[in-house]
Amino acid sequence: MKFEHVVCPLCGCLCDDLELIVERNEVISTKNACALSRSMFLNLNADLAKPLIEGKETGIEACVDKAIGIISKADYPLVYGLASTESNAQRKAVELAELLGGAIDSTSSICHGPTVLGVQMMGEVTCTLGTIMNQADLVVFWGSNPVDAHPRHLTRYSLTPRGLFTPRGRKGRRMIVVDVRETKSSKLADRFIQLKPGTDFEALSSLRALIKGEKIDIDPELKELAEEMKSCEFGALLFGQGLTMSNGKNMNVNAALALVRDLNQHTKFAILPMRGHYNVTGADMVFTWQTGYPFAIDFSLGYPRYGPGEFSVVDLLSRKEVDVALIIASDPVSSLPAQASSYLSEIDTIVIDPNRSMTSEIARVVIPTARAGISAEGTAYRMDGVPIRLKKVLKSPYPSDYEVLCKIVNGVIDGRSKDS
Amino acid sequence: MEDLKIVNGIVYDPLNGIDGERLDIHVSGGKIAERAKAQRVIDVKGMVVMPGGVDIHSHIAGPKINMGRRLRPENHRTAPVPKTDVTRAGVGGGLSSTFVTGYRYAAMGYTTVMEPAVPPLMARHAHEELNDIPMVDKGCYVLMGNNEYIISHIHELNKVENYVKWLLNAAKGYAIKAVNPCGSDNWKWGENVHGLGEKGVKFDATPKEMITTLSEVNKRLKLPHPLHLHTIDLGVPGNYETTLETLEMLKGKRAHLTHLQFNCYGGSSWKDLSSEAGGIAEKVNDSKITVDSGQVIFGDVTTMTADAPWQYRLYRLSGNKWVNNDVEVECGGGIVPYRYRKKNSVNATQWAIGLELLLMIEDPWRVYLSTDNPNGGSFTSYPYIIKLLMDKKFRKEELSTLHQNASSTSLPDIDREYTLGEIATITRGATAKSLGLKNKGHLGVGADADIAIYPLKEDIAKMFSKASYVIKDGDLVVGKGKIISEKYGKTFMLDFKEKVEPDPDVREFFKYYTVDIENYPVEMAYLPRYEAIKCG
Ligand SMILES: [Zn+2]
Repeated sequence: MKFEHVVCPLCGCLCDDLELIVERNEVISTKNACALSRSMFLNLNADLAKPLIEGKETGIEACVDKAIGIISKADYPLVYGLASTESNAQRKAVELAELLGGAIDSTSSICHGPTVLGVQMMGEVTCTLGTIMNQADLVVFWGSNPVDAHPRHLTRYSLTPRGLFTPRGRKGRRMIVVDVRETKSSKLADRFIQLKPGTDFEALSSLRALIKGEKIDIDPELKELAEEMKSCEFGALLFGQGLTMSNGKNMNVNAALALVRDLNQHTKFAILPMRGHYNVTGADMVFTWQTGYPFAIDFSLGYPRYGPGEFSVVDLLSRKEVDVALIIASDPVSSLPAQASSYLSEIDTIVIDPNRSMTSEIARVVIPTARAGISAEGTAYRMDGVPIRLKKVLKSPYPSDYEVLCKIVNGVIDGRSKDS
Repeated sequence: MEDLKIVNGIVYDPLNGIDGERLDIHVSGGKIAERAKAQRVIDVKGMVVMPGGVDIHSHIAGPKINMGRRLRPENHRTAPVPKTDVTRAGVGGGLSSTFVTGYRYAAMGYTTVMEPAVPPLMARHAHEELNDIPMVDKGCYVLMGNNEYIISHIHELNKVENYVKWLLNAAKGYAIKAVNPCGSDNWKWGENVHGLGEKGVKFDATPKEMITTLSEVNKRLKLPHPLHLHTIDLGVPGNYETTLETLEMLKGKRAHLTHLQFNCYGGSSWKDLSSEAGGIAEKVNDSKITVDSGQVIFGDVTTMTADAPWQYRLYRLSGNKWVNNDVEVECGGGIVPYRYRKKNSVNATQWAIGLELLLMIEDPWRVYLSTDNPNGGSFTSYPYIIKLLMDKKFRKEELSTLHQNASSTSLPDIDREYTLGEIATITRGATAKSLGLKNKGHLGVGADADIAIYPLKEDIAKMFSKASYVIKDGDLVVGKGKIISEKYGKTFMLDFKEKVEPDPDVREFFKYYTVDIENYPVEMAYLPRYEAIKCG
């Protein structure tokens, strides 16, 4: 059976033009998929999670009941992850954290959290990816390596496509890469500027000064870059974790946001974060519309409080403040610093995930689910905020993340009404 | 749901010509009924009974308001809203979270709210948020005034008609919205348009052509609500001339000019900005146009509009943080926090103009109350505005605390005071009528049983800020200004009676999008409860 216009639930590009051939509930071939995506689709059955309690396989109902029991007794639970699931599951996860008086955080806090903090200070001059395709004659990738991390970004959105006002495609566009090391992306660039590690803030601030017409003694390459940025017709600065997770973090992002904002006194310029997990943007969106805040939220007082550095996952775990962790569609053991992730094996950790992971290895309860975008429908938000409907192409014996979370929420409520 | 009988109330139901009569209202099966075998009788002796409020223009859901929320944690910190046994937690400053938005509208007796500016590419997002707003029915208007397809087919009316119909259906929208037509598109290159006849830097269409095309298409499609227009040159000193020209151009036609206050300025700079509300009101009186006021409220606000070049201008004026987002081939938008100050001559004049419009446009069926929430202020300020309209003494007291320039408008000389019947008109009867929602805004047999019951109080603002009872689709949901049961309303969409297919060249046009046309239309899964209103 052939599925067309399939949306890829892998990275923040959310390419929606895939074709899949499915036979006997397996993807046997893909069209238009990048290497990362193809490998994901062709290996969907590898490493599937099984329903486990204390490492022993059991039925999914028993796992959900066990999870409800643990969660209901929690003093201060953490709900975490949610970057690789759809928005209904994210909505239900917020409801659960609120109901429990716990904390909720997404992987935003370990990738583009600094971006959010920067935006909250400065604002953000941005655009959708199609605006870059249609208008940009200059694209600057800063601390970002799309060839490896977002393989089709350059061909679908930012470098080669021909758009409404960019009929010449690649020929009409300059690509600049600023990074601390050579990458596959820097090799494609018309200009590569290699920075010393830890000097992003300085470079961005210098560019801003140059654009304001100040005379400073600086690397001539940066001077030329400033000139190019000022004189393009429509520019875009796309930045990755090379900027957000290097020395300076949100100060780097502030400098980039300010630079792009000020460029708009000379031309049109936009800035976009290159977000990784396919729906980490959705987690920001859902948390924000339900609570006002995008990540690192605490409900222990009955209302949402915002506290990056206080209620964010690394801090709550490192300070051993939570007694139960509910991990949804995420693998913190592989991605968090050891002093935070090691605590997960000391407390009651429950994992809701279609796949086995390092976290599911240490969890007390593992609840396998139907994978969003493969075996469950739902909404995902692209890195530029465009909402796209995920498709269901394979059947799964398990319920979706959303369905499991509904059961848990209802179970907690039922338990309370029995108690009272 | 049980049947209800509401007895002894003083009823204001302007659509049915009822102006303060003691009448009993019967509710059965969620509708107003001739007679109900009610087990439950609510005695509202001495209270005022009105249809549930209908807000025609309030930014409550979608990418812009959510970006505003994300931008301003400082705005939420002072306004936490705890969960209760029946309600969700959230925040309630000027950018309230979705749940709190629904609760606050309901507490004021509002039961229908329209989100007025949705980029079609982001419509799914708007619907997701609408689904998280409890207590009210809702719908959304679709941004079209800067759409590249329409711009490039501006003289091909049949094509535009087909496309607009397809787009409304794809976005599951309720009305056509145009914001700074052509100006926001020109902003994609850092420019704006000034005057109705100016062309863009990269295209041939003019604002005048865009407005007339969309209003003609609106008429051909027999849409329930007229073209909803945020016209050009908004916020600019001296813009009243463009506004008069726009009104002249639309004379005899159906159109709704939104937050008109921002388009009534005389003068040539911020220093000599003055009110031209009188001339504008006269022109409106002389037309078929409907308007909403766009009152400004003193204090901190977050401005957000699809008028991206205006937002840039406001950023440059204020130096505050600035968000801009250009949406491929459709529109753009901006966000800037702002503070309206009593002692600022421009802000004080803006405040006066909003009231002048409401008081000088004679027919309450054609001028509606709004703050362009959250732009001019929060929707929670409506009771304060109602008090200003009903109480000239209060109005004069407020005026005396403002910069003197507010007193050089005609406001000090206006003695008109709104009656309760007129308030019911501008906040529910007339707005429901303008929206073409036949089961809303009145208490006639067959109408949706959305009912607001207010305590008759000396202080009008207090009376309208906390309804004694609110009934939504026949269920009692508010008691003494508090939510007593949570309930989710429906979303209004349009019924075109036939399948709507895009023209082949719309498919061709999608090469300028980064989303496939097959993945573009909003699925019905996003409207779990809906009512499709027939066009025609
Ligand atoms: Zn508005």
